[in-house]
Amino acid sequence: MTKTTESWGSRVGLVLAMAGNAVGLGNFLRFPVQAIQNGGGSFIIPYLVCFLLMGLPLLFIEWSMGRFGGKFGHHSTPFILDAMTKQRFWKYIGVFGIFTNLAVAAYYCYLESWTLAYIWHSITGTFANMDQTQVSDFFNTYTDITVSTTGIPYEAVIFWLLCLAINTYILSRGLSGGIEKVAKIGMPLLILFGIILAIRAVTLKAGHDGAINDGTAGLNYLWTPDIKSIWKPSVWLAAAGQIFFTLSVGMGTIQCYASYLNSKDDIALNAMSAGWMNEFVEVVLGGSIVISITVGYFGVDGMVNLVNQAGGLGLGFRTLPYLFQQWGPVLALLSGVFWFGLLFFAGITSSLAMGTPFMGFLQDEFGWKRQRAAWGFGLFVLILGLPTVFFFKQGAFDEYDYWAGTVSLVIFALFETILFAWIFGMDKGWAEITRGADIKVPNIFRFIIKFVTPLLLLAVFIGSLPGIWDKITEDVHWQVQFARLLLLAVWIGTAVLVYIAYRKRQKEGRFTS
Amino acid sequence: MNTSALIMVILAYGSVTVITVYFFVKVLNTPHKAGDEDDKIPPVKSYDAT
Repeated sequence: MTKTTESWGSRVGLVLAMAGNAVGLGNFLRFPVQAIQNGGGSFIIPYLVCFLLMGLPLLFIEWSMGRFGGKFGHHSTPFILDAMTKQRFWKYIGVFGIFTNLAVAAYYCYLESWTLAYIWHSITGTFANMDQTQVSDFFNTYTDITVSTTGIPYEAVIFWLLCLAINTYILSRGLSGGIEKVAKIGMPLLILFGIILAIRAVTLKAGHDGAINDGTAGLNYLWTPDIKSIWKPSVWLAAAGQIFFTLSVGMGTIQCYASYLNSKDDIALNAMSAGWMNEFVEVVLGGSIVISITVGYFGVDGMVNLVNQAGGLGLGFRTLPYLFQQWGPVLALLSGVFWFGLLFFAGITSSLAMGTPFMGFLQDEFGWKRQRAAWGFGLFVLILGLPTVFFFKQGAFDEYDYWAGTVSLVIFALFETILFAWIFGMDKGWAEITRGADIKVPNIFRFIIKFVTPLLLLAVFIGSLPGIWDKITEDVHWQVQFARLLLLAVWIGTAVLVYIAYRKRQKEGRFTS
Repeated sequence: MNTSALIMVILAYGSVTVITVYFFVKVLNTPHKAGDEDDKIPPVKSYDAT
């Protein structure tokens, strides 16, 4: 049996990789839209409260679960959860921590490949001389894989394969030799690009470069508090949902990264630092760029219409490339590269994290070497991602996002919190959180983790039930049904692999805890 | 910008930036603890299938 001997090269590398795991495209495209739709400036209050009551506790839980499991040589959630209790069914709950990553990576790598393609098109000047409708339609053309925008046949597929190959190669280089190096380069560049674009966005002047409003008009609209909205449960649910998805909790990636820590290493300060870095990117950078530029050119009503038509993704890919062209050829090129570059770094630091739990599982349980496990992951994601590419317009992409990128996260986070706080127990749990801590963790978190966080998660889960029912009962294309069945097959297949690994452990006399 | 939006921006951006910088600087300045690699190797015991 191959023993995993991976470790992090440096603490800064670990924190940047963890922050990179959390920072994704949603920080720039989802957060501002959620804020606008839920009370503007007053959204930040429930948002930060949910960060303290649900986000940070979940970070503490997942970091400490990972480091605990790592002591026993586990680097994926099925056997990390198994190590925490004698009730053997928990390893099947841990299946979510592998399944979610495989399924999300399958569509996320396609999304990531769009950013690569748009960097290419920004450099080659594809969007120059296009009007707004043409830039918007370009996105439709690009995702229609039978049409080429560059003359390269199946262009979207080529960029997708390139993106997958980059991810797989970096994963095959390991934690310190691959993921950590990318995080150390990608995160500072992401923040630098974000700061440059944010300054440009908020300093837009009405009457210059075709803008009809100052950039601060967007900030004004986004941050003017609607105090009444604070009392609406739906706003709190939206804030909890945003915190949940932005931190990449409930996926199994944090546990996997933390499992490579030494048992005496700090987790409290590391979790705080990575979590707040994500908040900086989301609130300060994400809150400044998209809305300020769009309101600067289209006004508040125009921006709201665009958001209602195509959401944050539409603003990012259909609108901004057109608006950058108003700044002249040089700034248009630089802005396009900075914008899609920061989205690419946000994407790749997350997709790399998604590869590690499956790789860790194959290495721990079936003795696969790192390179083999990395290419195995790449191949699996390639096959699983095919429906999202070829049936994109029929809704397969959105289907993956809903079941794997939304529902699975909530279910897994709810169960892992119950396991940690109520079955593993808060005495042992608190000892894990505070062991080796470089900061004093306030005792109030003990109460929050035991009572408040599970209740909040339960509220998010119950709040999502009507949506789940609607999804199940709606009429959909056969391609979407196929995507659903494929996801179900992946979950069942992963559970079977976990069972085989469990029997293998029994046969070899290896323990799980 | 109106006053209430300006206050929200300053408070939100200011507090999030200060806290982020504070924790990241603390990470950079905290010396690494000597690890105990023996912790990674659990004691041998037979598998408990209960």
